[in-house]
Amino acid sequence: MKLKKFTVLILVAMLLSVFVVGCGNDAKTDSEQPAEQSETLKVGWVYIGVPGDAGWTYSHDEGRKYMESQIPGVEPIVLENVPEGADAERSFEQLAQEGCQIIFGTSFGYGDAMAAVAAKYPDVKFMHASGLQTAENMSNYFGRIYQARYLSGMVAGAMTETNKIGYVGAYTIPEVVRGINAFTLGVQAVNPDAVVKVVKTNTWYDPTVEKQSAEALLADGCDVIAQHQDTPQPQIAAEEAGKYCVGYHSDMNQWAPESNLTSAIWNWGPYYTSTIQALMDGTWKSESYWGGIDQGIVDLAPISDKVPEDIVKQVEAKKESLMKGEWDVFTGPITAQDGTEKVAEGQVLTDAEMLSMDWFVQGVEGSIE
Amino acid sequence: MPKFRLIRREENSTLVGLMTPILSIIMAFVLGWLVLDLAGFNPALVYRKMFSGSLGTYYAVSETIVKAIPLMLAGLAVSLAFKMKLWNIGAEGQIYMGAFAASGVAVAVGDGSPFLLIPLTMLAGFIAGAAWGFIPGMLRAYGQVNETIITLMLNYVAIYWVDYLVFGPWKDPKSMGFPLAPILPSGAQLPVLGDSRVHLGLIFALIIAVIIYILIQHTRWGYEVRVLGESQAAARYAGINVAKNIMLVMLISGGIAGIAGMIEVSGITHRLQQDLSPGYGYTAIIVAWLARLNPFAIILVAFLFGALIVGGYAIQIVGVSFAITQVFQGIVLFFLLAGELFIKYRIILIKEEAG
Repeated sequence: MKLKKFTVLILVAMLLSVFVVGCGNDAKTDSEQPAEQSETLKVGWVYIGVPGDAGWTYSHDEGRKYMESQIPGVEPIVLENVPEGADAERSFEQLAQEGCQIIFGTSFGYGDAMAAVAAKYPDVKFMHASGLQTAENMSNYFGRIYQARYLSGMVAGAMTETNKIGYVGAYTIPEVVRGINAFTLGVQAVNPDAVVKVVKTNTWYDPTVEKQSAEALLADGCDVIAQHQDTPQPQIAAEEAGKYCVGYHSDMNQWAPESNLTSAIWNWGPYYTSTIQALMDGTWKSESYWGGIDQGIVDLAPISDKVPEDIVKQVEAKKESLMKGEWDVFTGPITAQDGTEKVAEGQVLTDAEMLSMDWFVQGVEGSIE
Repeated sequence: MPKFRLIRREENSTLVGLMTPILSIIMAFVLGWLVLDLAGFNPALVYRKMFSGSLGTYYAVSETIVKAIPLMLAGLAVSLAFKMKLWNIGAEGQIYMGAFAASGVAVAVGDGSPFLLIPLTMLAGFIAGAAWGFIPGMLRAYGQVNETIITLMLNYVAIYWVDYLVFGPWKDPKSMGFPLAPILPSGAQLPVLGDSRVHLGLIFALIIAVIIYILIQHTRWGYEVRVLGESQAAARYAGINVAKNIMLVMLISGGIAGIAGMIEVSGITHRLQQDLSPGYGYTAIIVAWLARLNPFAIILVAFLFGALIVGGYAIQIVGVSFAITQVFQGIVLFFLLAGELFIKYRIILIKEEAG
């Protein structure tokens, strides 16, 4: 008898909740029908992480929002946190089936999956961030963040007192190595005595490990922290220790207002806007895009007022010459970590050499292995 | 205040066993409806998308199966160990080791007939996974070392080992320094069904389910395993070799998980890579338990889990963020696992006694 009562109670509660929810919902059902008849352009994004990372995915998401503010009538469809294994291919295919005319994927490991789906959907354009492959309907795109890295290195080099700068890096793949080298060249341009100590975390995203790595570098005497990681945790470690730091991906000043000097930042918005505009105009074509600071896809965040005026002027002058294309970061003479000359006086590294960079410049302390 | 008391059910009722998960899912969807509504979505639209994205079309079903295959194999793998109350939570690492060995053998042999390469890579995957299961099995059998901890820790070893290879010695020279192992020769890639991604691994999973069923239910060895699962002391008294069986079960369990890794490489990614398994080895534990370690139920539950995961990604298309998707999947899991309680126990409402 008592058991029955209990069952009845649960059933009533269930029915009641269905009823309540059902009532509250009637008004919405009509307005949220998928707009299949309308003439909107559907654009897909596949993110490796979530926008809340304040790093890589955040920067792409900001770019998407900027694009939406610029081009009316675009309907974005975003898939977050898609791993690089079996899930990637399905995600691209679902977006294509959903009617997306152009699809962006923001992780290097998506390459094979995207190429496979691109072959199946010749009328859909596929855009692979940081990738290698191209096809008739597939481009890859990236930015010369190393230019912004160099400028942020100048700021760090000017502010260090111990002449030891810590750099929390994810993996020693060419993208990260290039950033470390450019940063170190920037440091040494203003402070030839300073060294850059590198710690490798073997992860793009791990708030705990990132912070611990920064703390280890701080304990080792580093008084400026730089990073190639997806979260602001290394910045927070510097803030807590009362030392300086330089951010990456987005302007990380909000996370370490006292410590943060500047950040090397991505600015995908104009690129997303022009790419989608080109698709609408019928001028889209397959390419490997590697835009520099002159195109605005990478930039340096505002420099903290703790940095002396003359350093800011020097940084601005360098940025100016990068913008004008008078000079680039990997211009010789450049000496490798082991003392051999890698780039001779007057020589400049080619894009292919930069894209496959597997050596550290002099002044980097740490092993590439 | 009414008080409840849990009373163990005297006999397992099939009706309760069947109705509980169904009711659990219905209640999860009711609560999920509330959450989605509070988060500002149209629950009806979200549910429709979840269904159409995971089971509604031929393509959706095929992708659900693709997702389910490694869960089936890994679920079968751990179920065998669980039958003996050996807590193999190392399927994840065994998957990675299987993938590593299969990829290594395939790339080393190079071009060849699928009739040679597929059995060869499968054997390699089995052996590597088996070795990864055998180590904790041996430690448990002879050293009384807790296999839960060893299998868990070996997961990290395996994952980092694959990382090391992909970033180091096995890096494809053509990848311009990016962490990619070479693509498997076409002879080692599993054939697929039509234009879908459903690969031969599905057949492997079904065959292994049948083999496990026969082994456990209809052989002397299976009987020994079941007795061991009930009571080691009784088994020992009956003259069953405990140490041998612990090692054998862990070896086979690891080997099957190794095949799960092999099929993921040769059927889906076609090369060894980082993050090959987004936690299949852990999800498989839940799959195996919800299926009550029944091999055929594991196939079915793995399929439903595949649908839940694939459907979870599909609802992002209508704007539901990954976080909300996780909340929803968490609700479903919570109700399913909580429902287990009602299969084993009855709830009795008791009157409060005075004083």
